[in-house]
Amino acid sequence: MSALLTVTGLTKRFAPAAPPVVRELGFAVEEGEIFALLGPSGCGKTTTLRLVGGFERADAGRVVLGGTVLCAPDRHLPPERREVGLVFQDYALFPHLSVLENVAFGLRGLGRKERAVQAREALRLVGLAGYEDRAPHQLSGGQQQRVAIARSLAPRPRLLLLDEPFSNLDALLRQATRQEIRAVLKRQGMTAVLVTHDQEEALSFADRVAVMRNGQIEQVGTPEAIYHAPRTLFVAQFLGRTNLLLAEADGREAETPLGRLRLDRAAAGSVLLSLRPEHLTLEAPAPGETAGRVVERAFKGHDITFRVEMDGIEYLIHTHNRMPFQPEDAVRLRALEPAVVLESQPVPVAPAEAVPSP
Amino acid sequence: MTLQTPYRRWYFWLPALLVVLGVTVPLGYLLARAAQADLAQLDALVWRARTWHLFVNTTLLGMGVLAVATLLAFPLAWLTTRTDLRGRRLLTLLGVLPLAVPGYVMAYVLLATTGDYGTLARLTGLGVPRLGGYPGALVALSLYTFPYLFLNLRAALAGLDPALEETAQSLGYTPVQVFRRVVLPQLRPAFYAGALLVGLHVLGDFGVVSLMRFETFSYALYLQYNASYDRIYAAWLALMLLVMTASVLVLEARLLRGLLFHRTGAVPARAAAPAELGAWRWPAYGFAALLTLAAVALPVLTVGYWMLHSDAASAWGDLGAALGRSVLASAPAAGVAAVLALPLAYLSVRRPSAASRGLERIAYLGYATPPLAFALALIVFTLATVPAVYQTLGLLVFAYAMHFLAEAIGPVRSALYQAPPRLEEAARGLGRTPLRAFFAATFPLLRGGLLVSVAFVFLSAMKELPLTFLLSPIGFETLALGVWGYSNEALFGRAAPYALAIILFSAAFVGLLLSQEGGAAKRAGPPAKQGAALTASG
Repeated sequence: MSALLTVTGLTKRFAPAAPPVVRELGFAVEEGEIFALLGPSGCGKTTTLRLVGGFERADAGRVVLGGTVLCAPDRHLPPERREVGLVFQDYALFPHLSVLENVAFGLRGLGRKERAVQAREALRLVGLAGYEDRAPHQLSGGQQQRVAIARSLAPRPRLLLLDEPFSNLDALLRQATRQEIRAVLKRQGMTAVLVTHDQEEALSFADRVAVMRNGQIEQVGTPEAIYHAPRTLFVAQFLGRTNLLLAEADGREAETPLGRLRLDRAAAGSVLLSLRPEHLTLEAPAPGETAGRVVERAFKGHDITFRVEMDGIEYLIHTHNRMPFQPEDAVRLRALEPAVVLESQPVPVAPAEAVPSP
Repeated sequence: MTLQTPYRRWYFWLPALLVVLGVTVPLGYLLARAAQADLAQLDALVWRARTWHLFVNTTLLGMGVLAVATLLAFPLAWLTTRTDLRGRRLLTLLGVLPLAVPGYVMAYVLLATTGDYGTLARLTGLGVPRLGGYPGALVALSLYTFPYLFLNLRAALAGLDPALEETAQSLGYTPVQVFRRVVLPQLRPAFYAGALLVGLHVLGDFGVVSLMRFETFSYALYLQYNASYDRIYAAWLALMLLVMTASVLVLEARLLRGLLFHRTGAVPARAAAPAELGAWRWPAYGFAALLTLAAVALPVLTVGYWMLHSDAASAWGDLGAALGRSVLASAPAAGVAAVLALPLAYLSVRRPSAASRGLERIAYLGYATPPLAFALALIVFTLATVPAVYQTLGLLVFAYAMHFLAEAIGPVRSALYQAPPRLEEAARGLGRTPLRAFFAATFPLLRGGLLVSVAFVFLSAMKELPLTFLLSPIGFETLALGVWGYSNEALFGRAAPYALAIILFSAAFVGLLLSQEGGAAKRAGPPAKQGAALTASG
């Protein structure tokens, strides 16, 4: 496998004096891979997508798609010649055309009949056979979404760009649609770039995820890798709730407020560690041992969330749903996995307490 | 059919009945009266070359005005929404300002500018032939009505989701193809809505065609009324005018069927990237400059010139009296319309039903009816039933109120949408009767809307010509009649102060309209329909 899409040194400013929205960004997407750009709003992920699609002009950098230079300092291929499909958050279905006409819209240079045949085929692919003559507004959100996907896939683009495609769907529908669309893309062997601010969406939809911040990529990796081994404090907090521990490292182990813990890699000196709530568990303390106190217990069905206070620091723990401890119980915290050493960047606040990120 | 609960209360059924009767009975009577013609007479009246001539002229004028108005409105709407042209806000104002120069004032301006005695000849010695007939009516009506198309097209262009165009581009279409295949089709509803307003204006117009002496149904009706007063023929002319109006309304409804484009989001997430004009901006500025000159500068300069260079002074004395008479008729009409609009709007917002929708339709029918035909219907009806009412101020006030009622309903309705119904229910729960609960809880929130309603109707009535022309008591010369009467006799200097007064009142109307549309756009609430209704005023 080789990279189909290569982005290098991509930079974009919206005003000459303004700081760049995207700065010297680089990444590569393999043929047939689903790649996610994940980040908070304003991190430059949508701008990156629009640069690849050709709707914005880059100030510097190159975008190459399968040997074709889409964008370089002296070149800007207009969007209509890029063979890059695009799916928007609100689907952008043409309200004046029927479902079939929408899907056939991108099938150019074909006879009338052939267009209809291919459009029907694309609709069948997304499970919407029989909806050809409906108007877009007569479909549910999930169906509109699938029409938009079918419309983008019908002309067989080389790359599909998805801009927050699931965020207009309600939670239940979102998960199902996500899995269906992923299956369709995989069956077609389609290469796709997804932009989202929803970590769960990125983790469950993409083969690889790039976490973006301030116009740059902080970390790229498989969903498992970036969740279990975040490189920075930002990535650790953005991908889910976590406990942060200020520790004194010494090789593969460190002295922490929770006692001596194993580390995921060797380090020395003062370090910041991250431990996911589900990587901690509760036990009854041995007699005489310094224990924590259960502050709050929230039973949520398939798991339980505990807040435990120890030495003035609060910890967040997700356990299985049979954990018996109740508020005010004395408990001992035990790590189930090695703690993750975060790169020593300028730490914004001294983590006097474990900060559960939103 | 059982009577629905709200209609059992006098404060609902009384205004509802008044509106229904006020609009339908005169028109129905007109119909009955016209039907009295025996077949031979009918044959002579209707199936003759003159009717065909009038029909062709009216149609040609409507199509011509629509074409010219589109040529003016569309480029301006595109320039102000989709390009990087400097001064777009100013150009937007330019697209609306011509509403401050009603058609008959524009006709006066054109007549006073051209010809051997016109401003041009007096200032430069250049003998431009006097504008009149079809070209004169075409220019005057186009310059006055294009803002209705402009407002609709502009709103539609600004409301288009740029994602649609970007999607089409990503599917391989060039920008020009995208414009033709994605943008234009979506402007159709807005175009039809604007075209309907333009069409209704042309059909309802009396001032322009009479000053320009162009033979349409309205003009023939006026001649008929003035000269011989053959009631049956006049009734038939009015009826044919009504049929044309109804055809336009039906045509619009037909064209709009299935075109109600739904969007997922109410407001586009972002604006479309503006087109870079480059050197094309100079022709764009040229276009804007010409339009400004014709639609705004010319009226102001003409009025100014004639005020300074003629016997205008002699007209000043009468101006005050005419203003007084205009107010005397318009102010009570505004009050009556607002009082009627309140229960109607309430029924439409809080008790939506077939009945309340029907009531609203009837109010809009009164609005769409060509005023000349409506006035004639009222005359025929009152002469036959209560002759004492004929040519009284009361009848004029009533006609204004019925005709402009739709303008009053809009603002009250949007204010009602803003007032939570729970407030009234809370007041009921605290022991108030329905009426008391309404006045205690809801009414205070409607005051702003009611005030706007009163202002709209007042300003519209101030500049209304055809209703005033046919219905005002003898010797009751208003501002509008002053402009028209002096212009008709080519006394341009004497007409000038009246024209100025009308322009000022119309400008106030436009200002109010703009502030309302701006507010409505900010709230982005449900009463979007109101804008189109309001812009239908003339």
